[in-house]
Amino acid sequence: MQPSGWPAAVHAALGAARIAVVGYVPDAGLKQLIGLCGSDRAMRAVPLTTEEEGVGLAAGAWLGGARSVLLMQSSGVGNTINALGMVRECRFPFVTIVTMRGEHGEFNPWQVPMGQATPAVFEAMGVVVQSAREAGAVAPAVEAAIRLAYNSYCAVAVLVSQRVIGIKSFQEQLGE
Amino acid sequence: MSAKLDRREVVAALLENRGDLLVVAGLGSTAWDCTAAGDHALTFPMWGAMGQAAMMGLGLALAQPRRRVLVVTGDGEMLMGLGALATIGAQAPKNLSVVVIDNERYGETGMQATHTARGVNLASAARACGFVVARTIGAARELPALRRAIHGARGPVFAAVKVGTVKVPLVLPPREGALLKARFRRALLGEAADSE
Repeated sequence: MQPSGWPAAVHAALGAARIAVVGYVPDAGLKQLIGLCGSDRAMRAVPLTTEEEGVGLAAGAWLGGARSVLLMQSSGVGNTINALGMVRECRFPFVTIVTMRGEHGEFNPWQVPMGQATPAVFEAMGVVVQSAREAGAVAPAVEAAIRLAYNSYCAVAVLVSQRVIGIKSFQEQLGE
Repeated sequence: MSAKLDRREVVAALLENRGDLLVVAGLGSTAWDCTAAGDHALTFPMWGAMGQAAMMGLGLALAQPRRRVLVVTGDGEMLMGLGALATIGAQAPKNLSVVVIDNERYGETGMQATHTARGVNLASAARACGFVVARTIGAARELPALRRAIHGARGPVFAAVKVGTVKVPLVLPPREGALLKARFRRALLGEAADSE
């Protein structure tokens, strides 16, 4: 699979799993996937002002019988912590796809603390963490995460390595 | 100045003959108010996740576009998730109402003043975010119209209902989150709640 092909494969996996609501806070690494979900009439893409909104959105959608995912960058994970307490206490199924920063060859030192803390923060809140370090591993990981979450009432985070995203400089992030 | 509205009377009036209304109750006093009006499987009372009540309502409204959804929450809870007003405005769900029971205090923590006690106007914020209906309500005579809007107006609907600070008895809903979730889904989705 081409490195650029993982967003299309993930989008197809979301569709096959009847994901109806996609909350997101944008990230350069999620640009293609957000675009694909936004133009899919079977999905409602919901831009958020901050990541914790996506936890409430997912919980409310599930109360109403709809499956969802939350897309965010690792720097937003810290914003979700207290809301994840509700996911755990209520056993809400919850899936988030997190594009990593501060991890593999990061150029921005301000991204490093939250990126490095991301797995530990999720684990502290009872979220199962699964990492995808190759482009071809992302869609299978998402597919498995959705099954785990919705069949077993778990919270699952799929961390997409910075190695897959391939951002090495600010210029590159801006597409220059 | 006229006497402030009683929060329990306001919530009871809004939930009277609720029909198939789906309700999310924000943590603390508004969850107790909704319970005092009658514990109900299709009310999801929150005991935590402060700031998420309106977003829970949005998720529910998107998942159930044919049902009316009402979020009843406090001013402190709404202020903690003010961005949700922008997110809801951008989605413009026609079936969602957010009602803030505004006593201008953090009621569970010692009655400290919230920002609404210092002039912050939540209805103006909601209007600026694109809510179709956005009002501040201070008189009992305005409640029937708000109840009608919750059940039938093209939303999103927002109201801040100014209430007094008189202490009311605790009326607590069940605490266990998994139970509250399961009973809500069963009541709404029937057997599909278990197969999905």
